[in-house]
Amino acid sequence: MGLLDQKFENSNVIITSMDNLLNWARLSSMWGMQFGLACCAIEMMATGASHYDTDRFGIFFRGTPRQSDVMIVAGTVTLKMASRIKTLYDQMSEPRYVLSMGSCANCGGPYWEHGYHVLKGVDRVIPVDVYVPGCPPRPEALIEGLMKLQEKIRNESLAKRKSA
Amino acid sequence: MIPQEIHDNIKTRFGDAVVEAKIDGVIDPWVKIAPDKIKEVALFLRDDEALAFDSLMCLSGIDYTGGKLGVVYHLHSIKWNHKITLKVDVTVENPHCVSVESVWKTANWHEREAFDMYGIIFDEHPDLRRILMPYDWEGHPLRKDYQVPEFYNGMKVPY
Repeated sequence: MGLLDQKFENSNVIITSMDNLLNWARLSSMWGMQFGLACCAIEMMATGASHYDTDRFGIFFRGTPRQSDVMIVAGTVTLKMASRIKTLYDQMSEPRYVLSMGSCANCGGPYWEHGYHVLKGVDRVIPVDVYVPGCPPRPEALIEGLMKLQEKIRNESLAKRKSA
Repeated sequence: MIPQEIHDNIKTRFGDAVVEAKIDGVIDPWVKIAPDKIKEVALFLRDDEALAFDSLMCLSGIDYTGGKLGVVYHLHSIKWNHKITLKVDVTVENPHCVSVESVWKTANWHEREAFDMYGIIFDEHPDLRRILMPYDWEGHPLRKDYQVPEFYNGMKVPY
């Protein structure tokens, strides 16, 4: 086995704060919700697949909001989809996080002016924790965004809960 | 069969139903049909042995501005490998046109799209609902005089 059981094989005691323990647990298993809406989803799939392999961060995709911690909004959010996104976000159990991936989900992207059917930024319906720019962002950029989110979770505190 | 022959075939059979035609000098030679006659013409084009237009390649809506709307049908015969384009003109005040869904099933979703985007009403269509926009959307977005709404279901639409 790995290093952990070699290090702690003699029933050692680890002392840490509750915040540290919980945050470590949360940031080490951010289960993403499958939310491919457009071409960004292709990059998101590439990030999840063997080449970039988000499994090594404990990030893998679930098919239901009930089992998800992070919603990666990957793609163009149409007004028709926006109400569904809100419903799915409400179905996720707390603590929940949203990563907005790509220009469309950030601010409407190329549809900002003439997109009568596009929501100009998913943050108009749900709170967003991390914005990843790009059209679409490369897998490295998405991983950077996920690591930023890990950083954010690492600095959370039970006493000061994130709102929403 | 060349476009001129196809046009002559329609003309001899339906006469008044042919409103206008342009056979030369365009990439897609077209024949303009009266809105209430399009279904009969379509049936004839499909079932006639020498014409055999078995495929509706595309059906599109158009806003010509000035209160004029149109439908364009691109037909192809796989059997004879010839093509013709049909056009129908309708107005914003009376946007009615007869559906060709019973002739080519392709028309079902294409007509729903033309209805959704331009508000052209296809009579006798079995299921004329919006296909792209939400069912409670107001207006037809590809009309030239379309104004983007400020809000949709409480969500701000403009940037």
